[in-house]
Amino acid sequence: MTERSINIAILAIGGQGGGVMAEWVVELAERGGYLAQYTSVPGVAQRTGATIYYIEIFPEAAAKARGGDPVLALMPMPGDVDIVIASELMEAGRAMQRGLVTPDRTTLIASTHRVFAISEKSAMSDGRSDGSEIIAAAEARARRFVHIDMDAAARDGGSVISAAMFGALAGSGALPFPRNLFEAVIRDAGRAVAGNLATFALAHDAAAGNGVAAAPVPIPALDKAERQVSAAVAELLARIERLPFIVQQMATEGLRRVVDYQDIGYGSLYLDRLEAVVAADQAAGGDRQRHELIIETARHLALWMSFEDTFRVADLKTRGARFARFRSEVQAAPEQIVDVTEFMHPRIEEVCDSLPAPIGRAILGSPLLIRAAGRLFQRGRRIRTTSLSGFLLLYILAAGRRMRRTTLRFRRESAEIEAWLARITSAAAIDYRLAVEMAVCQKLIKGYGDTHARGSASFARLMDAYDRGRTTPGFAAKLRQLCEAALADDSGAALDAALDGL
Amino acid sequence: MAERSFAREVEKLRAGAGEIFHGEGILAVTKALLQSGVSYVGGYQGAPISHLMDVLADAEDIMSELGIHFEASASEAGAAAMLAASVNYPLRGAVAWKSVVGTNVASDALSNVASGGVTGGALIIVGEDYGEGSSIMQERTHAFAMKSQIWLLDPRPNLTSIVNAVETSFELSEASNTPVMLQLRIRSCHVYGRFTARDNQRAAFGLGDAMQNPVRDTNRIVLPPANFLHEHEKVDRRWPAAIEFIKNRKLNEFLGGYTLDAGIIVQGGLYNTLIRALETLGLADSFGKTEIPIYVLNVTYPLIDDEIVGFCADKKAVLLIEEGQPEFIEHQMNSVLRGANIDARLIGKSLLPRAGEYTGQVVKDGVAAFLREYAPTMAPAADKPADPAASNIAALGDVVPARPAGFCTGCPERPIFTAMKLAEQDVGAYHVSCDIGCHLFSILPPFNIGNTTMGYGLGMAGASAFQANAAQRTVAVMGDGGFWHNGLTSGVGNAVFNGNDGVLVLVDNGYSAATGGQDILSSRGANSRRNTHHPMASAIRGIGVEWIRTVRSYDVGGMRRELVAAMTTTAKGPKVIIAESECMLNKRRREAPLERQAIAGGKRIVKERFGVDADTCTGDHSCIRLSGCPTLTIRDNPDPLRDDPVAHVLDDCVGCGHCGETAHAAVLCPSFYRAELIFNPGLWDHVKARIRGIIIEFLQRRSDARRACFAF
Repeated sequence: MTERSINIAILAIGGQGGGVMAEWVVELAERGGYLAQYTSVPGVAQRTGATIYYIEIFPEAAAKARGGDPVLALMPMPGDVDIVIASELMEAGRAMQRGLVTPDRTTLIASTHRVFAISEKSAMSDGRSDGSEIIAAAEARARRFVHIDMDAAARDGGSVISAAMFGALAGSGALPFPRNLFEAVIRDAGRAVAGNLATFALAHDAAAGNGVAAAPVPIPALDKAERQVSAAVAELLARIERLPFIVQQMATEGLRRVVDYQDIGYGSLYLDRLEAVVAADQAAGGDRQRHELIIETARHLALWMSFEDTFRVADLKTRGARFARFRSEVQAAPEQIVDVTEFMHPRIEEVCDSLPAPIGRAILGSPLLIRAAGRLFQRGRRIRTTSLSGFLLLYILAAGRRMRRTTLRFRRESAEIEAWLARITSAAAIDYRLAVEMAVCQKLIKGYGDTHARGSASFARLMDAYDRGRTTPGFAAKLRQLCEAALADDSGAALDAALDGL
Repeated sequence: MAERSFAREVEKLRAGAGEIFHGEGILAVTKALLQSGVSYVGGYQGAPISHLMDVLADAEDIMSELGIHFEASASEAGAAAMLAASVNYPLRGAVAWKSVVGTNVASDALSNVASGGVTGGALIIVGEDYGEGSSIMQERTHAFAMKSQIWLLDPRPNLTSIVNAVETSFELSEASNTPVMLQLRIRSCHVYGRFTARDNQRAAFGLGDAMQNPVRDTNRIVLPPANFLHEHEKVDRRWPAAIEFIKNRKLNEFLGGYTLDAGIIVQGGLYNTLIRALETLGLADSFGKTEIPIYVLNVTYPLIDDEIVGFCADKKAVLLIEEGQPEFIEHQMNSVLRGANIDARLIGKSLLPRAGEYTGQVVKDGVAAFLREYAPTMAPAADKPADPAASNIAALGDVVPARPAGFCTGCPERPIFTAMKLAEQDVGAYHVSCDIGCHLFSILPPFNIGNTTMGYGLGMAGASAFQANAAQRTVAVMGDGGFWHNGLTSGVGNAVFNGNDGVLVLVDNGYSAATGGQDILSSRGANSRRNTHHPMASAIRGIGVEWIRTVRSYDVGGMRRELVAAMTTTAKGPKVIIAESECMLNKRRREAPLERQAIAGGKRIVKERFGVDADTCTGDHSCIRLSGCPTLTIRDNPDPLRDDPVAHVLDDCVGCGHCGETAHAAVLCPSFYRAELIFNPGLWDHVKARIRGIIIEFLQRRSDARRACFAF
């Protein structure tokens, strides 16, 4: 058989070190007695886009025997690639889309971690692609599929993806070079050698284990109330135990949220409200629907009842657990001093919301007062939570929780929650699905400031549409479409179109 | 300082005869220039030729040792005009740029130098930005070669062939008194390979010799009556001389077999693709050995009639692999064959795609179809049956997200477009005329800003028609690279002169950033070789603009206010907002090592980065829609009640501050925080932290205890 080149395509995202990896492979091949040709298409792709690096290597001895140089290609051709290395899961998908992975020939070495694309990140809800489809396709497409979490290897080894790719390539055994030759290349490159070698080793071993994925995370056992709880809490938990078993977990989480948000009394109100929907669910035959209505209501009622007002934000920002979390997120060393600054922008509307209802309403009702007070709150505030003054300011604000029930915002939200619950029960009498969709509509209301105002406005339009069209057959599906349309863009154009279509 | 440093690699340029040179295509081209005894080199950056300019800049010491003058030209037109030095004197010179756009800019000077002709070898190296990875309109440089009569070389894409082509180009240029273009495809520019070096040459006749002994020949100047003379000279003298040279030196190659009555003609640059296609069809080995006759056009203009006739005379059909359109070569070859009464059928675009890159698969399919029709004995069996896993591929189309290019982490241009998006909320929608540069990424998600782009430095000129007395003004965007390239005159000067009333956002990041961070007149970094530190504000004031504002680009609120002011002011004439902040790529490259050193050396250093509190983030992602920062991403929501992922800041955040500014300006949400990590704290830091810690932790324990009462 005549010799032919070994063809290697590396798919990486700009900034992941795909170029460094390609240079290492060239160096490796030349040391291993091969001729190497390498090319790429940088340019615009360098700026965070997807880039393909392409390498062909050919045994030097075979070329010498022929007395000439082989003709090597400058771009990968479907059916002609021996090794594809993808630095990220969707890039593995892209390689397959381009036909670079073929069952007769290609070893696909891919990282299982995700770097989300802008379309996935910027969706108003969850726009993430399903990685399991890539894994399934790769199992079907590749002659051999080696997959490891290169990001974890890079993190744990203290280096970057390029070293993990190189390690995975070595571990896969897809190239005719020994491990120490790979390591010599890293060592002689002379940059960040220790981290690169550690990452290389982790990725090598993971890949050499035939790319067996990490052991499945054990599912934590249900957190039964084994700890001592106060009598007041026990009473609430007892009410939850009277609910259908299937909804108990969500109701417990919901209860935990609202009690943490306010107090025991508020938790009791949560259960009162939920029980009204439980009755509607049972009347509508919810046991045949796995009580989806109760579960969704338990979830969304808790989210709504724990609306993010000034007191809540101040409370969450000052907790000890939060201090521990930001320290770990910014990777502070154990004794390192870390200062944290918050970017808050309470507008006059939020301030009035946090005042006792009559006062808040009075200010908002007076253009003169609004203008005068509004000037005070035109600019964003930077609050240094780790300083004494900043912390005390937020800590005292958090204590405002005690007067929350008197505030304008609380009154308004409570009224809207009651109206929404009434719609859920009325919907349950018409169509079980309709009631579920009504419960889910709450997800439109989220965020702060303008974002919250936009979501609330969309929600109000959906409620209006419901009031007018609820008895139309199949309105549940329509409500769902409206909800999706409201989350399609922030200009409201999709929702306008969907409402026009009714 | 350019994005990539070739300081280490350029040492290879000193390699002497017989040494094996390993390196990238652009490095090989530079070496070939030195081996050819050039006296001057110039050019303008732009992919895929940017790295050539960077190599040349880094090789300036080596070049000056050889008496070579290097210039980072102000534009391609300026670079082309440099070739004037070869008109009267036996001086060899080379210029380089991105094509077809650079050739468009250069074409005035190119026409002039091609008309008068040259004495010394004049070489134009064009990086043909065509096909995958290209960022420009898909056109062919071939048309320029034809219309101005400049010879066009398209060598086989291996370093030996490329280096030989450079050296031969100078000889061809001198033999025919005509400038020569060397076309390098994107991948050839970046291809890593090897070739055997020769000694560098110092020109026997140098620039100094020319300056001290000026020569004037009115027949070489494009002015009547010489201009009419030039046209005759081109066809009567220079053309035949070139044909003679190309034939004698065998620049085109006849490879493959001799007996088959079907053959293939291919542009040199596509030769390797063709051989790989034949190899996978089982018709060639790895060394290019094949039964099929192949005529390789290493010179694609002019065509050599005798060679075409000779190749086609004994064949029934010939496949012509010519990338791009219009198919100039096919037209001309058909006319040659018709004139010579040759019956061979020339198959080109009737079988291969009329437009688009000729990838391996395209060539393979084309060759297979050609052979099935005209050489059935050689033809491969019909295509393999459909791949059982093929259905996966179609399904993946919905799963694999597009990954458009975007602004880098910490880019100072991102906040400009956040501000433009926010300003739209204040003054209503407005037309945006874009330019060429990193800032053009604004047209992509998540910003989706921009209506047209008309070329480098032409952002403001692209808005110049909109001068009706309307309720809304237009906004133009221009970078500092485009500004110095031509925007100062074509955009700003034009607007002043014509009394135009638009708004210009001038991006001042200190570099020609999109092309790889080359220095420009207004750069502020230290540069021992170039004269910089000339602010754009002085230039536009000098040219007559009165309404000028300078804003730090990360100040989203400030930028928004100035934009609104510019859109609503009663002042007449152009309104220019200069958005200044250094390109983050360059800044980090300069500062990161110094910072690491300082920390290791025990100096007190504060490092900033941002984070998102998952507790307060509600998963709406407004912040991402106003940013698109690579380090601002999403992750699973830790909240058991919520499904939508929360925003999350990755560890490579550089702390530019955009997230916080945006959260403020857009009144987004309180989830962003800025963390300041103090390295090597001083005594006061410790004392302060201690006192704060005691009080804060006491209060936190107090609240935790309260919550614990009703926790479950």
